[in-house]
Amino acid sequence: MKKKVISGLLVASMLAGMTIAAAPVMAEDAEGSVLNIYCWNEEFKSRLTDHYPGYEEVDATTGKIGDVTVNWNITPNQDNAYQNNLDENLLKQADAAADDKIDLFLVEADYALKYVDTEFTAPVTDLGLTEDELADQYQYTKDIVTDGNGVLKGVSWQGCPGVLIYNRAAATEVFGSDDPATVQEKVKDWDTFKATAAELKEAGYQVAASANDMFRVFSDNSSSKLVEDGKIVVSPEIQQWIDLSKELVDAGEVGTFDLWSDDWNKGFYPDGKVFAYFGPAWLIDFCMAADTEGSIAHDGGWAATEGPQGFSWGGTWICGAAGTDNPTLVADIMRQLTTNPEIMKDIVTADNDFVNNKTVMEEMAADESYGDAVLGGQNALAMFCAGADKIDRSTMSSYDQGYTEELQKAMKDYFEGNATYEDALQMFYDNLMVKYPELTVAE
Amino acid sequence: MSNDVVKGPDKGMGVHGRRAVSYIVLILISFLCLFWFYVLFINATRSHAELTKGFTPVPSSFLITNLKNVFTGTLPVVRGMLNSLLIAACSAVLCTYFSTMTAYAIHAYDFKLKKFMSTFILAVMMIPAQVTALGFLQLIGKMGLDDSFIPLIVPSIAAPVTYFYMKQYMESALPLSLIEAARIDGSGEFRTFNNIVLPLMKPAIAVQAIFTFVSSWNNYFTPALVLHTDTKKTLPILIAQLRSADFLKFDMGQVYAMIAFSIFPVIVVYLLLSKYIVGGVAVGAVKG
Amino acid sequence: MNNSKGKVVRYNKWGYIFLIPFIVVYVVFQLIPLVSTIYNSFFENYRSGLTQVGPNFVGLANYAALFSGGKIWIYLKNTMIMWIMGFIPQIVISLLLGAWFSDPSLRLKGQRFFKTVIYLPNLIMASAFAMLFFTLFADTGPINSILMNLGILSSPFKFMSNVWSVRSLVAFMNLLMWFGNTTILLMAGMMGIDTSLFEAAQVDGATSTQIFWRITLPLLRPILLYVMITSLIGGLQMFDVPQILTNGTGQPAETSMTLIMFLNKHLFSKNFGMGGALSVFLFIVTGILSLIVFRINSVGNKD
Repeated sequence: MKKKVISGLLVASMLAGMTIAAAPVMAEDAEGSVLNIYCWNEEFKSRLTDHYPGYEEVDATTGKIGDVTVNWNITPNQDNAYQNNLDENLLKQADAAADDKIDLFLVEADYALKYVDTEFTAPVTDLGLTEDELADQYQYTKDIVTDGNGVLKGVSWQGCPGVLIYNRAAATEVFGSDDPATVQEKVKDWDTFKATAAELKEAGYQVAASANDMFRVFSDNSSSKLVEDGKIVVSPEIQQWIDLSKELVDAGEVGTFDLWSDDWNKGFYPDGKVFAYFGPAWLIDFCMAADTEGSIAHDGGWAATEGPQGFSWGGTWICGAAGTDNPTLVADIMRQLTTNPEIMKDIVTADNDFVNNKTVMEEMAADESYGDAVLGGQNALAMFCAGADKIDRSTMSSYDQGYTEELQKAMKDYFEGNATYEDALQMFYDNLMVKYPELTVAE
Repeated sequence: MSNDVVKGPDKGMGVHGRRAVSYIVLILISFLCLFWFYVLFINATRSHAELTKGFTPVPSSFLITNLKNVFTGTLPVVRGMLNSLLIAACSAVLCTYFSTMTAYAIHAYDFKLKKFMSTFILAVMMIPAQVTALGFLQLIGKMGLDDSFIPLIVPSIAAPVTYFYMKQYMESALPLSLIEAARIDGSGEFRTFNNIVLPLMKPAIAVQAIFTFVSSWNNYFTPALVLHTDTKKTLPILIAQLRSADFLKFDMGQVYAMIAFSIFPVIVVYLLLSKYIVGGVAVGAVKG
Repeated sequence: MNNSKGKVVRYNKWGYIFLIPFIVVYVVFQLIPLVSTIYNSFFENYRSGLTQVGPNFVGLANYAALFSGGKIWIYLKNTMIMWIMGFIPQIVISLLLGAWFSDPSLRLKGQRFFKTVIYLPNLIMASAFAMLFFTLFADTGPINSILMNLGILSSPFKFMSNVWSVRSLVAFMNLLMWFGNTTILLMAGMMGIDTSLFEAAQVDGATSTQIFWRITLPLLRPILLYVMITSLIGGLQMFDVPQILTNGTGQPAETSMTLIMFLNKHLFSKNFGMGGALSVFLFIVTGILSLIVFRINSVGNKD
């Protein structure tokens, strides 16, 4: 027993030693010659290639910034492979050679806290960024990557406020007008939304492609954490989503498709007969098949309105890994891509992304000449800006990703009548506890 | 045809009738077997946009574009094919050679533990591979063989299922007198095995080589657990990666083109070895 | 006498020598993992986020957790049902094809082609196969639109939301992928049967049906046993097809969730404890079922 205590102390002191040892490395001037970036897709790579001054592409998985070689370690999200790989390497970080250490990695909103709440991410201010530099960023983008002690551990170049994106043709056909103000009246709250769903059904339209489309609107507005103190919680807002979805599915007014599935996609085309999708800027510009002839987006047939409730969905954050041997470069990448107004404006015009900079976005929102072709030339940025200001993500938990996946899977069976509500809920609890064995169910 | 039917009710359907039925069934089955290749090919010729719109039975014109995208993408596809080829070929060779050797040991020799060993191998045949997957992974990590081909190739030496087939085959196709004759001629045991037994086992080896090659080529479960470096990954892993690409790059046309591309080598290997299957597995593998 | 006995012994040591590669590789890559899997099943040992929990010895707690709620039996039942649904037609078709191919009186033309074709589906990766089926049988997929155009259906049939349609699709895919393999093995067995037996039977006036039941089938027993055992083991390991077809959910309401799919879920949290317990369960079940198959076969043999 005594031996155990001693070895425990040894481990503890070694760990402490490691974190202390990591600090001076950061302060040193001579920095590493290899920058290792961990991410799950090409998006950040193309952002860096297109917008970071001095980045040169060498080949598909390497680049150069000055004398520093940039190594891209890209692992897809499928089957959690990205996080598994990142976890393994973060756990080995302390023992890794300087050139093999992770310097920078990306996280998504749903699991950001899993990393932010650990010693493996470096505080942004330690890397050299000041709070003033980040003043123009939307508060919610900081809340998501702030750890339990109030320390900011990451930055993002995107804001992801969501809106209701509706089919203009359907609106004209059913409501007699495709004007956002008119349509907003029809979806201004959930009761009206429900009535509208019935009206649309009469005309042969589904109000949304899938019940899962509405999920983010409710989960993002959840009044409590979805996992609180290790207990799984079905908050009133989540319950509201379940009840509303069941009602709409039973009435045949909405489908039960998995997001991103072929069936879900069908609504991007006129024959799909889908009235609306819920989503942020990235959904409009990247997902709705704007390049494809015959799609609604191709002909600018969508428009945006606030919908029943504001919400956010997704987003990517840049985190510096603790123990990085390139802190200055990591900080500069963060600085350029998330605070430099020139670069951010470039990202808006070149990539149609909604960037994480209030001044830039409000300027663009007021710009009469800016319009989104997918939305038939509508400038919906003001709507997005208003949404982004109101987003409150203080109820995030590090389990949100698993929670969302398992809940949607289990409730599909309830919506379709293949399981009772109790059975579906039990299935959800069981599966979430398989994913995270330490969780229990709240009484 | 009606003549045959009249011949006698106790003879069942006449031979012409039976032949007609069997042709109809065979054609139907062949259709069911080949249809998927057709769908794959059609899909490989279509662009992502066309694919999201739904299935059509007519090929489109994007095959070259899709293939080009596959080869110029970030995934090391050619490397993946070479990896798959290396692993599958080595597995097939090691598996058939050593399974034949194991079967030969049980078949041709009489030793104290023979009975025990043959029962033991039969018993371990029943252990599903996934059962040991967790322990296998831990072991690989401890041996420093993580992210290496060795744990994907070497274990195929101990393949109870292949051994079992080889043993059954030997019982009918490998008379012990032949081995005795070789001994009298002064052939060493190892030489006898390589020069006399192996050639006789060729048809069985071909059949099992195909089976092993194909299952190794298509294996996703173990390689996905073992391999992490992009340049070491096999085709099934790369296909899974391509499928899970994010919405920015997601391209079903590419996925199908890559699947079609990855099936091609197995078809070639299969057709090369299939004469042994088609020609009948020589003198029956198993006699009652 | 002494001399020749010594010779035999000298030869027989080669029995051991030839077994060495198998035994060494088996012990290293299968026996050690098996033992460590069993060992692990008595520990709490998983990863929560970036925190490693355990290993802490917990006795049989993992087994208790595995059997509490009884879901494990449901998953076993699902696995067996889908296996049987695929295996019975598979063995029937394989026997039929084998009989036709080896029946000289039929003189089928194009045998080369048919024999080559039947194994082809096995060349397609299970995951690719499942993907194709998923697309074809989607709610808005081609099968539904064909059925609706023909007037058979008035609204799309949700293939993926019906217990028996999902199970049938899984079984059908397994059937397609494996019947060629089985046919090849059975054909090999049938060709080994002495043709003079058939001729004698024909002279005695036996019909082909009678020949099949009375001569072919009994003589095929050993290879049938092999096919059954290997298929049973493969069936219990059923994973990729239902996993990809149902996106890992085993929908609807987990009625197509197999044991290995469940095991795969535990791999998410690197849960070596629960995963180990599940593996041991699977091991025992496979052993029992294989034993039953063996027993049935040996009882039959005594007739």
